[in-house]
Amino acid sequence: MSGGRLLFDEPGPRARSRIRVATVVFSLVALGLVALAVRQFAANGQLDAARWQPYATWPMWRYLLNGLWSTVLAAVVSAALAMAGGLGLALGRLSPRRPVRWTSGAYVEIVRTIPALLLVYVVLFALPRYGLDLPLFWKLTVPLSVSNAASFAEIFRAGILSIERGQTEAGLAVGLTRGQTLRAIVLPQAARRVLPSIVSQSVGLLKDTSLGFVVSYAELLYSGKVLANYNHLLIQTYIVVALIYLVVNASLSKLARTLEAR
Amino acid sequence: MDALLGNLPALREGLVVTLQLTLLAFAGAFVVGILVATARVSPVPVLRAAGTFYVETLQNIPLLVLLILAVFGLPEIGVQAELFTTAAMVIALYQAAYVAEALRSGINSVPAGQGEAARAMGLGFTGSLRHVVLPQALGTVVQPLGNIFIMLTMNTSLAAAVGVVELTAAANRVNLIEAQPIPIFVGAGVAYMLLSSVVGFVTGVLERKLAVAR
Repeated sequence: MSGGRLLFDEPGPRARSRIRVATVVFSLVALGLVALAVRQFAANGQLDAARWQPYATWPMWRYLLNGLWSTVLAAVVSAALAMAGGLGLALGRLSPRRPVRWTSGAYVEIVRTIPALLLVYVVLFALPRYGLDLPLFWKLTVPLSVSNAASFAEIFRAGILSIERGQTEAGLAVGLTRGQTLRAIVLPQAARRVLPSIVSQSVGLLKDTSLGFVVSYAELLYSGKVLANYNHLLIQTYIVVALIYLVVNASLSKLARTLEAR
Repeated sequence: MDALLGNLPALREGLVVTLQLTLLAFAGAFVVGILVATARVSPVPVLRAAGTFYVETLQNIPLLVLLILAVFGLPEIGVQAELFTTAAMVIALYQAAYVAEALRSGINSVPAGQGEAARAMGLGFTGSLRHVVLPQALGTVVQPLGNIFIMLTMNTSLAAAVGVVELTAAANRVNLIEAQPIPIFVGAGVAYMLLSSVVGFVTGVLERKLAVAR
């Protein structure tokens, strides 16, 4: 809560009573909104126990957790590929050779402004025409890696640039080559600094895997779609799916904040 | 190339929908974002908690899930709106969480003395926020807001997955008819790049205009 105190002093008696009034008013507003939502659900019969009961059974959860597993798998594989690519691109952008610098720069600048869904469509509908029909899993992970590599490249570049020049100079002064200095001195320090950004970018990537919905790769969201088509509990299924995403991503985001605080 | 030029009207219609979606959603995200950011720095604990809850929830659920919930789920509880309106509102609410976070870090970047000085002159919470802190915060958040604008532009493409025919969907449709993926998808990609570079240019100009000398 840094800066929480920026806009107000320690409240005195009058301010405290005003805060109490505001608390009551806003709590009532919030309760009113919740009541409205519940009424809307109940009026359309979406609150019937029979419509929620299935989500208390193990087979349902086993199915959804399977979907979650595929989500995680896709996210981890794309993250690994995107990070490797991103590191290469970041080093390329900092390379002393102009063609290398330009091509990596062009890649990052172009790919960062193209929607991931457009890349997914390219892999789904364009590549097969040229004889490259990837398996389902790669139809999701390849476009995600291509697009996230650009974001990771910018994160790594910022991290490398944030290391003081003296570190590189000291490395060179003790007789290490440029490559050795980079590997042994600059990268380890940079990696520590950019860890929080990497985790939050990975949360974004995990959210992007929901594009499996378009690819029909059986990750969490697509599993939800199949489930909803089968049991016709549409709103319930998607709410449960949303909650699973929320729990997983909120834990990862919390990890990022803990890392940042260290 | 003919496939691209022959279908320019269809692609242009898609581009117009993308632009409308982007501008409307950003306007909405900006307004809601300011409200949420205000709630997060307010002296009322309930409001602070509500703001945090909003940001945490919306930032951690994929936009596509929210779009699907709104487009296919809401009619099931008797809430129905036009597809375009629903998509614009969902994207606005989703990006509002990011706008709120950007604004909050902007507010936190304003030196504490500014807020203290404002209060010493007798301005209240709203007064010091509106006249002293926010104008200074806006200068530092132009760049992050520009990045959110670009992110929002790219995110409008997800509306294609729930049936809004914007640029990505239009490109896909044209490709299904013409079977000429390279010129069509490259054309759509170039359109997105141009949009982002316009945003980048505008934020650069705005940043210089709004910069506060300290």
